[in-house]
Amino acid sequence: MTNTEEGVFFLTGKDFTNAGAASSSLKGILERRGVPPDIIRRMAIAAFEAELNVIIYAVAGMMKYRVTDTEIFVTVQDMGQGIPDIELAMTEGYSTATDHIREMGFGSGMGLPNIKKSTDNLAINSVMGEGTTLEFFIRIRSGGTEQA
Amino acid sequence: MNLQEIVNGLSLEVKTPSLSIDRDVTGGYVSDLLSDVMGNAAEGSVWVTLQIHLNIVAVASLKGLSGIILVNNRIPDTDTLKRAVEEDIPIMTSPLSTFELVGRLYALGLRCR
Repeated sequence: MTNTEEGVFFLTGKDFTNAGAASSSLKGILERRGVPPDIIRRMAIAAFEAELNVIIYAVAGMMKYRVTDTEIFVTVQDMGQGIPDIELAMTEGYSTATDHIREMGFGSGMGLPNIKKSTDNLAINSVMGEGTTLEFFIRIRSGGTEQA
Repeated sequence: MNLQEIVNGLSLEVKTPSLSIDRDVTGGYVSDLLSDVMGNAAEGSVWVTLQIHLNIVAVASLKGLSGIILVNNRIPDTDTLKRAVEEDIPIMTSPLSTFELVGRLYALGLRCR
C-alpha cells in the first residue's frame, strides 16, 4: 500500500528571517510519518542547503516534496542567475558568495557537495539568467523502487 | 553530560532563561560555518560558535543540537533569542575565546562524536 504525501513551500530571496523554515517543516512531516531518524537527518541537510541556496542567490523559488513509503523526492526550483559551471560549483570549497554572506557563516562552498553526499541522487539543471532546478531523492527503505 | 553541569562548570551566562537547561549533551562541535555544522555535527551536541544571527537557531534545531555557546562575549541578536525560545534551543555566552572555552569543555569530559 502506498501512502503518498506531497506539497510545496515558497522561498523568497534574501529572506534570512525565514531561512530554514521550509526544511524544518519538511523535517516535521517526515517525523510525523515515522521516517527513520537517519533518513530524516540526511534529508534535513540536503533540504536546508538547497533552501539556503535559493535565499542567498536567487530572487525567489520553491521547494516541492513528495514522500512515499519508500522514497522522499525533493525539487527545488529558483528564479535566479543560474550556475555557469556546475562541475565547478560541485567542488568543495568553491563559492561565489559575497563577503557579507560569508561573514554570516554561509557561502563556504559546501552546500551542493553536502546535498550530493546526503542524498541517493542529485540532478542539477541550470539556465543562465533564468534559474536553477535541483532534484534529489533519498530512499527510505533498501529494496525500494530503483530509479532508472 | 548535563547542560546544567556545563553551565555551572564554565560559568556560562544563560541568555534563554525561560528554557530548561536540564538536558543531555552527548558531544561538542565547533564551527562558524553553518554548512559544516549541518554536515558534520552530531545530534545532541552542544555547538560553540561566534555567529550570533538567527539562522544559527535553524541549524541547531534541524540538527537536534542540545544548545549553542557563543564565545568572546558575543551578544546574540534579539531575533536570535526569540527564535531560540520558540525552537527550544538554549543559548549561553562566555567571555572566553573559542580555544579556551573548548579546552574547558574537553577537560570536563566532553568529546566530539
